[in-house]
Amino acid sequence: MTDQPMSQWPSAGEFVIPVREGPERVRITIDDREVEVPNGELLIRAAQDHSVYIPRFCWHERMKPVGMCRMCLVEIDGMRGLQIACATPVYDGMVVHTQKDNVRKAQDGVLEFLLINHPLDCPVCDRGGECPLQDQTLAFGPGESRFVEEKRHFEKPIDISDLVVLDRERCIQCGRCTRFAAEIAGEPLIDFGGRGELTEVITYPDDPFTSYFSGNTVQICPVGALTARPYRFKARPWDLTTSETSCVTCAIQCRGAIQSSSNQLVRLLGVDSEPVNQGWLCDKGRFAYEWVHGEGRVREPMVRQEGQLVETTWPLALDAAADGLRRVLETHGPESIAVIGGAHGTNEDAYAWARFAKGVLRTDNVDAQLGDGLPAPVVIGMPRARIADLDHAAAIVLLAPDLKEELPVLYLRVRRAAEELGVPLIDISARDHGLTRHARAVVRHLPGSAGEAAAEAVAKIDELSAGRTGDVVVVLGRPSLAEAPEATVHAASVLAQRSGVRFLSALRRGNVHGALDLGLAPGFLPGRVTLGAGREHYSNVWGAAPTASGLDTEGILRAATEGSIHALVLLGADPLADFPDRALVRSALEHVDFVIAVDAFTNASNRNANVFLPVTVWGEKSGSTTNLEGRVQRVAQEVTPEGTPMPDWRIAGELALRFDADFDLETVPELQDEIGKVVPAYTGIGASLLSRARDGVVAPVAEHHELLVLDAAALPLTGASWEPIRPGTIASEEGLASHLGTGVVESSGTGSSTTVKPGLTEVEAPAAPPEEAAALGQAARAAGAELPELHAWDGQAEPPSPEPRDAYALRLVVGRNLYDSGRGTAGSPSLAPLAPPPVVLVHRADRDRIGVPDDGQVRLTSSRGTVILPVRADAAVPQGVAFLAFDAHEPGAADLIDIESPVTDLRVETLR
Amino acid sequence: MAETRIVTKRLRDHPDDSWTIDRYLQTGGYEALRKALTMTPEQIGEEQVKASGLRGRGGAGFGTGQKWSFLPKDVYPRYLAVNADEGEPSTFKDHMLVERDPHQLIEGVVISAFAIECHQAFIYLRGEFALGAERMERALAEAAERGFIGKNILGSGFDLDVVLHRGAGAYIAGDETGLLSSLEGERAMPRIKPPFPAVQGLFAKPTVVNNVETLSTIPYIIERGGEWYASLGVGKSTGTRVFSVSGHVERPGNYEVELGTSFRELIEGLAGGVPGGRQLKFFIPGGASSPWLVPEHLDAPTDMDYVQNELKSMLGSGAIMVFDQTTNPVQVAWRIAKFFAHESCGKCTPCREGSTWMEKVLYRMANGMGRPDDLDLLLDFGDNIVPGLNAPFAQTTICALGPSTMSPVVSLDRYFRDEVLQMIGAPAASAVEST
Ligand SMILES: Cc1cc2nc3c(=O)[nH]c(=O)nc-3n(C[C@H](O)[C@H](O)[C@H](O)COP(=O)(O)O)c2cc1C
Ligand code: SF4
Ligand code: SF4
Ligand code: SF4
Ligand code: FES
Repeated sequence: MTDQPMSQWPSAGEFVIPVREGPERVRITIDDREVEVPNGELLIRAAQDHSVYIPRFCWHERMKPVGMCRMCLVEIDGMRGLQIACATPVYDGMVVHTQKDNVRKAQDGVLEFLLINHPLDCPVCDRGGECPLQDQTLAFGPGESRFVEEKRHFEKPIDISDLVVLDRERCIQCGRCTRFAAEIAGEPLIDFGGRGELTEVITYPDDPFTSYFSGNTVQICPVGALTARPYRFKARPWDLTTSETSCVTCAIQCRGAIQSSSNQLVRLLGVDSEPVNQGWLCDKGRFAYEWVHGEGRVREPMVRQEGQLVETTWPLALDAAADGLRRVLETHGPESIAVIGGAHGTNEDAYAWARFAKGVLRTDNVDAQLGDGLPAPVVIGMPRARIADLDHAAAIVLLAPDLKEELPVLYLRVRRAAEELGVPLIDISARDHGLTRHARAVVRHLPGSAGEAAAEAVAKIDELSAGRTGDVVVVLGRPSLAEAPEATVHAASVLAQRSGVRFLSALRRGNVHGALDLGLAPGFLPGRVTLGAGREHYSNVWGAAPTASGLDTEGILRAATEGSIHALVLLGADPLADFPDRALVRSALEHVDFVIAVDAFTNASNRNANVFLPVTVWGEKSGSTTNLEGRVQRVAQEVTPEGTPMPDWRIAGELALRFDADFDLETVPELQDEIGKVVPAYTGIGASLLSRARDGVVAPVAEHHELLVLDAAALPLTGASWEPIRPGTIASEEGLASHLGTGVVESSGTGSSTTVKPGLTEVEAPAAPPEEAAALGQAARAAGAELPELHAWDGQAEPPSPEPRDAYALRLVVGRNLYDSGRGTAGSPSLAPLAPPPVVLVHRADRDRIGVPDDGQVRLTSSRGTVILPVRADAAVPQGVAFLAFDAHEPGAADLIDIESPVTDLRVETLR
Repeated sequence: MAETRIVTKRLRDHPDDSWTIDRYLQTGGYEALRKALTMTPEQIGEEQVKASGLRGRGGAGFGTGQKWSFLPKDVYPRYLAVNADEGEPSTFKDHMLVERDPHQLIEGVVISAFAIECHQAFIYLRGEFALGAERMERALAEAAERGFIGKNILGSGFDLDVVLHRGAGAYIAGDETGLLSSLEGERAMPRIKPPFPAVQGLFAKPTVVNNVETLSTIPYIIERGGEWYASLGVGKSTGTRVFSVSGHVERPGNYEVELGTSFRELIEGLAGGVPGGRQLKFFIPGGASSPWLVPEHLDAPTDMDYVQNELKSMLGSGAIMVFDQTTNPVQVAWRIAKFFAHESCGKCTPCREGSTWMEKVLYRMANGMGRPDDLDLLLDFGDNIVPGLNAPFAQTTICALGPSTMSPVVSLDRYFRDEVLQMIGAPAASAVEST
């Protein structure tokens, strides 16, 4: 297991397991069976790893034990009374009894206590059907309660946040939710109030449970006390089908179990993938499935006729698209065609589109980023770290936007590393953000001078990481959209000079890393090879490749404005909403003759497209994606789309056919196999490996084969959704619902003593021995040797030279809020109301100098434009800086940012 | 029969000013501290306190020197927390010691802190003790002024800061881990053990929690030696204890006697016995948490081990509650159950749910709504709080409050079963047997 041994938990006021002296593994006897387990492991976990399920409510593998519910009582020879297995570490020679009559009696007793005040309103409870209390009672309950008193009453249910509803009568006071909030999210916004029987989960007055992670409490609540607004009363567990998948709302690609009922997605549960998300999801990712069924989906292809987009058939639409492209190609050549987007699709989509654009149309004007990321040569070629490296890093350096807003579950991981695992955190930033308070050193700088800050940070790294092993992990993203990427790249180059530095990308858009890896970047061909290095190879496999290096999105837009781009494919892209300079996009779109939209929705940018080709989206198609650490994992189809949308990859193939290029790729596995064969960094990552690798595959497999866990079969190891759901345990067709049913209900034979046990399977040696993984790595290396060499970033960069800020101006910092005007939020009815209205945040002194009260309107003028917005004092913003969240609102940051300048300075005036 | 006054000597001899620094100094105060500062920590802890056989006066009766010796080597800082929360119903000795002899406690604290190499002590004082807080605060100021606490105490180089913290009125804050949670600013909820406070206590640092009376005794052990202290008392219950005697007695109050003194001497001798010529019906020997005893136990010694092993009860907090023949035992049981149900912190299931269930059933029983099998029901589900009804050796709860809830029920069953059954109109067990 790669799990952090719990013995390394540092001391807070609460429970800490003593580090045990002695051997690494010890032998213990559980119910007369001797097994070998790691020394000091908690008994409940050690037993579970050997198929003995000790019942529990309060214990959760990812949190510290509190011993509240008392359900896990067992007998241990030599200890008086019964012990709680969830807080007892094993030791050599421990002899445990989990099935003796006294143990079962005590466990039954605890259940009875829990039930006396329980409302038993199962028929109207979301948890009904996957509830440990219910299972137990239905199976063996005495039918009639011995409790004849009046039950405890609370008003029910009450909203504790915009998304979460609390029924205090159903609560069994296990403290999972409160501990999650305090321990994992670091936001102790819910707690216990009251005493004794009236103990209840409370929120504090004036301080609602506004956590980005609140949905996790719903998932881990063992009963129906916490329910999620979006899911309430939508389905019953036994009606659900489930597929294991990844959330692709952001680039972490947290593992999840997507569930549907009557062909509607209804719930996404977090799957506990140790290397990725450790079971957690953010609320945006958890609830953003709603947009899939949102208003305004385009379900049939359309072509423009007499100024109107009208529905047509696929053959006609594809012909129209191909004809338009062909005309431009013939008249103006490949360089006059451009493709923007592709970061929302799968790797198979990206590969097919790269092949069509670069191998068929032979244009290199292809970019999956929208001017809001970092240069592809850096992202593709930097020495990479993995998410799990954060846990043991010598130090973590943040040169990134606010992870809490942009990559929420990565925020949890970094926070845990800093708070629980003692990893020094160094923050290079222009303002305070979600992680600043966990940083041991903060290097504050004005946008534009990140390079100098990085030099200062190097000294901090040396100081704080002294005596620590592991690499220094730099989390590298675009800290501000109002700061040209050059400054960040320069800062990264300064950090890269230090030995033992690796980078973890913090680009946020869903599958941007997969898209870049598979060729949707100018100057690159699929597999992290440059155009120069890969041209020959791809000319051989594809029959053609671009001759000259192409333009990135900014270059494409400029060229379009200048009249040299004549056809544009918007591949799930809305540059008017996402590109930092709105005026440039508008003018570019006005100048392009022929626009093809490949999208699921119409948006501001593709509204005037000549051809609209509707696509299937997440949840409606299978494939694979690559997350920010380069981990390739599968996404699943769970519902069938309405209408006739097609996956992007099929559209690319159909268009290619119209250019006499037959990809001969009819299915996703076929695409995966081609990728696994011809794409350098992805050699070996074909359909079969993807289907067997429990935690996905980190590319290139030749370097990362030791991370492979190859599970032979999907074995349900989990109880219900309130228990950690392990990767690889959801049988794809039958789904979670059916494997919940495999919970074996066992009776002790005495009639009264009972335990409900989920199906457990002995964890034997890994299904695939490490030799097989090594062999796979070797094979990949051998195959890769014949392929072009992977690109490596040389770590060199010139510093930008921003003008000094004049004393009256404020330097603009632009980042994103988790809830914004993007599709994930705006298209999901439950999330849309959570997006905050636009407001400029400044230091109190600056606000006073401007002379407006909070929320007063001000005029903001940059070299690019003028907008009027409300302003507010904010403690996180230092003097001389103004923060504005990026989103599609007009007017907004995209009307101010000067992308030609390294930084954007603002004059801020009152309206008088 | 007379008292053996050690910790109560000054306050009895000088009822008008025992709490002042002048009186304290004039009666030999802080001399033990001077002596202790010339000793080594080992000499104090190992040679004197351990040898004295002193056992905690807070309730659990754990060996004080032994508790100190559990502190892990070389782990600092260490903390000392004084348990002055005294919440056990009918216990009022710490109240008196804090109010009337605060310097005695402070001196005990400084010596103990020196012995355990701790530089930060906390006095967790029950919130309701307003006068105690006032006097303690004043005493701390005086002690600081005279160099008994603070930096470089009496020129020894030893530093100690003492913080007075007033509780907010929860009985459970008296449990040592509940106390620590409360001191940390959390809800007073007990924690699972291990880790024990000595290993990971306040702010996860090694911490000793000791009761007011325990620490007030320390100066005398230093002054006169552990052997002297061990010569008082009986068996492994050495020294004296302050018993709070209340209820149906002529002279309720605190009496300090050598351990081993019989209950009869305390109840009938010192406290003057049941008034009005009425008969003793039962008494609670060690606070509301302890199982009850009946007249046949009056001659038993106040020996912690004897009471626990032979009488299946405990000396607990040393509070003796006396009830005469007019008392309805079910009513008493209900009132105690109500207290525990109200004070259960709610953290663990058996106590949170069981204590209220118990209270509800006892309420019915005490108010004419009892059912014939109610007592058995209580015993049956109570067995899931205290397996085998064998406290303190078995409990399914986090702290000892849970099992305490069963003491009244167990007592009803032991001594008043027939009366209870009769009261609720069920055929008495003996009646059934005889037919
Ligand atoms: C529910 C509960 C309440 C307690 N209340 C008190 C109290 O008010 N005062 C006290 O000194 N000990 C109390 N104790 C005992 C303490 O936990 C602890 O054993 C004691 O303070 C240790 O000091 P000692 O070793 O000097 O007795 C209580 C224990 C429990 C379980
Ligand atoms: S709401 Fe749920 S998770 Fe929270 S304490 Fe109650 S039962 Fe446990
Ligand atoms: S952090 Fe990203 S991948 Fe994870 S649930 Fe949230 S949006 Fe989805
Ligand atoms: S036994 Fe009662 S008081 Fe003690 S922790 Fe459990 S609920 Fe709280
Ligand atoms: S699971 Fe062990 S006490 Fe709750």
